Amino acid sequence: MENLSLMFAPLMSSKLMIVLVFGTLFGLILGVLPGLGPTTGGALILPFTMTLDPLSAIVLLTAIYCSATYGGAITAVLINTPGTPAAAATCLDGYPLAQKGEAGRALGMATVSSTIGGIFSVVVLVFFAPLLAQLAYEFGQPEYFALAIFGLTMLASIGEGSPIKNLIAGAFGILISTIGKDFMTSIERFTYGINELSEGIGFIPVVVGLFAISEMLTQSTLLDQVFKRVALKAVKLPSLLDYKKTWKTILRSSGIGSFIGVLPAEGGTVASLIGYSEAKRWSKNPEEFGKGSVEGIAGAEAANNAATGGAMVPTLALGIPGSATTAVILTGLIIHGVRPGPDLFREQPEFLYGIFGSMLIANILFFIFGFFGAKIFARITLVPNKLLWPMIFAVSVCGTYSLSQSMLDVWIMLFFGVIGFFMRRYGFSVVPVIIGLILGELVEGTLRQSLVIFEGNWLLFLTRPIVVTFFILSFIALIFPLLRKKKV
Amino acid sequence: MNNVQKQKRANKSLPFFFKDEFKVSFTIILVSTILLISTFTFDIVPPILNRGIQPATFPKGLLLLIIGLTLIVFYLSIKKPWKIEKKLPKTFFLTLFSFILFVIVSKTLDFFLAISLLSIFVSYCWGERRLFYLILVSIIFPIIVFIFFETILGLRFPPGIITNIYYQV
Repeated sequence: MENLSLMFAPLMSSKLMIVLVFGTLFGLILGVLPGLGPTTGGALILPFTMTLDPLSAIVLLTAIYCSATYGGAITAVLINTPGTPAAAATCLDGYPLAQKGEAGRALGMATVSSTIGGIFSVVVLVFFAPLLAQLAYEFGQPEYFALAIFGLTMLASIGEGSPIKNLIAGAFGILISTIGKDFMTSIERFTYGINELSEGIGFIPVVVGLFAISEMLTQSTLLDQVFKRVALKAVKLPSLLDYKKTWKTILRSSGIGSFIGVLPAEGGTVASLIGYSEAKRWSKNPEEFGKGSVEGIAGAEAANNAATGGAMVPTLALGIPGSATTAVILTGLIIHGVRPGPDLFREQPEFLYGIFGSMLIANILFFIFGFFGAKIFARITLVPNKLLWPMIFAVSVCGTYSLSQSMLDVWIMLFFGVIGFFMRRYGFSVVPVIIGLILGELVEGTLRQSLVIFEGNWLLFLTRPIVVTFFILSFIALIFPLLRKKKV
Repeated sequence: MNNVQKQKRANKSLPFFFKDEFKVSFTIILVSTILLISTFTFDIVPPILNRGIQPATFPKGLLLLIIGLTLIVFYLSIKKPWKIEKKLPKTFFLTLFSFILFVIVSKTLDFFLAISLLSIFVSYCWGERRLFYLILVSIIFPIIVFIFFETILGLRFPPGIITNIYYQV
């Protein structure tokens, strides 16, 4: 209870409130613009957070995460293009409802269900993260190794696209993390005589390349795309009838979203698709889905915003990112010298509960900004790509360069931009690369330290119950897509 | 016959080495094999200093995993061919070329100039013809970004013909 009161500390600090308001507004802009989103936006803003204290930096990143996830719905409803991948399911009913002249009602439902989903997930985060952290006290090196493997296989299994391609991408991410001096023996790997590579490849050049630069290349292939915009007069709060129709859906999707968020996967995207399909399955009027059903909008939007809090659970409690954006937040924590994990809960409760509180406030703020400002935010999509993307390129280049003032980082960013474009073109998700890169050191480090403990005997992994449990879960995660395919 | 069916038929009629499935799998396996070979050049730690496994063992395992999984992807693609992607438009190649231009100009002349050139080039190639917007994107915005990073983040940009004037070198 004492800790819970710490949640409201951000309200007492004018600096944190300014950061929160800026983060929420910036997140909404990122969410509204197709191609950008919380991950790319978070990566772009990461260098700027170096001027802030750790709490303000993470508050900024989490506010962007929450509001950008909601912001995607504005574009999904008005121009039938999801502002973020997590809003893809919102298009299915949001746009048809807007075409019927009810854009305000569609956005009102999206705003309310996103806010409820987001707040629900913060409650889950507040109660579940400390429990998970407590459990993690039992973990030794072998358990962490098994957990990281479980995280990667889950990502392959329930992430978007082919599980095998996701696994390849994840392995590629881990491989990138091995570049540079081996952290245990200082032997150089894949450096090919380039001194700057000795310290390894930074996270920011890779993430900006894979998300922002590859998206720029993707946009260069979509210049002939014409958006049909639906006019919006004002956002309307849902009617009593709409609430009656959707409250169960909102609660169910909030639960689904929070649960999916906790699992290391593509967070909001998968959550919204499952939330949407479950809303349809349980609906009394499933035939209305795809034609402008408010239940469809509520199902998708509550789920994708609920995934934000859920994804923060493993990120803060275990240091294992629950989604691509939380991988960026995790990087933010690390570069500010904060080590996530069980010790963080014991040693810095005011820091953690400050993050929880700011997420709660961010959900309320985007409700207010979304409700009163959706019309203005929708106008941001009028900025043509031919102007927007060269500007994003300038920020990407300077931001990447700024971290270690190295041009090599800029070349790496461009290289991964091209790689990311071709990966996406041929059905390889880039998210596992990021998660693999983040988890790489953990996977290799814990594996090698475990082998030291076990004196090289691999079979001793099987003598630890938690390790065996994670291995079984990993196996199930791997065969689950095959079983699902057979069933279909 | 719809477009998807047409595409699938067209894909089936192609020799295997022209298909995307083959080209992608071949590239991954080729690069992985080259990297795998290079792992044999990594230094070996004497047994007394070795912590668990040799530094090369983990990347070797990963590369073998990637090669194995790519073979599975290729095998599965024989049964179920990938959909044929649309041909890449000219604007894509021009954007890609602008990256090369950026690298050359920033290495030889100036970082700021490279950003300006890329911005105006990309913006023009993507269809912008209005002079004011071209200037906005290529000069005004990069100046704002440059000053912002320079003053707020205390960043020192690499030397070059324009940057040197700014720093009064």
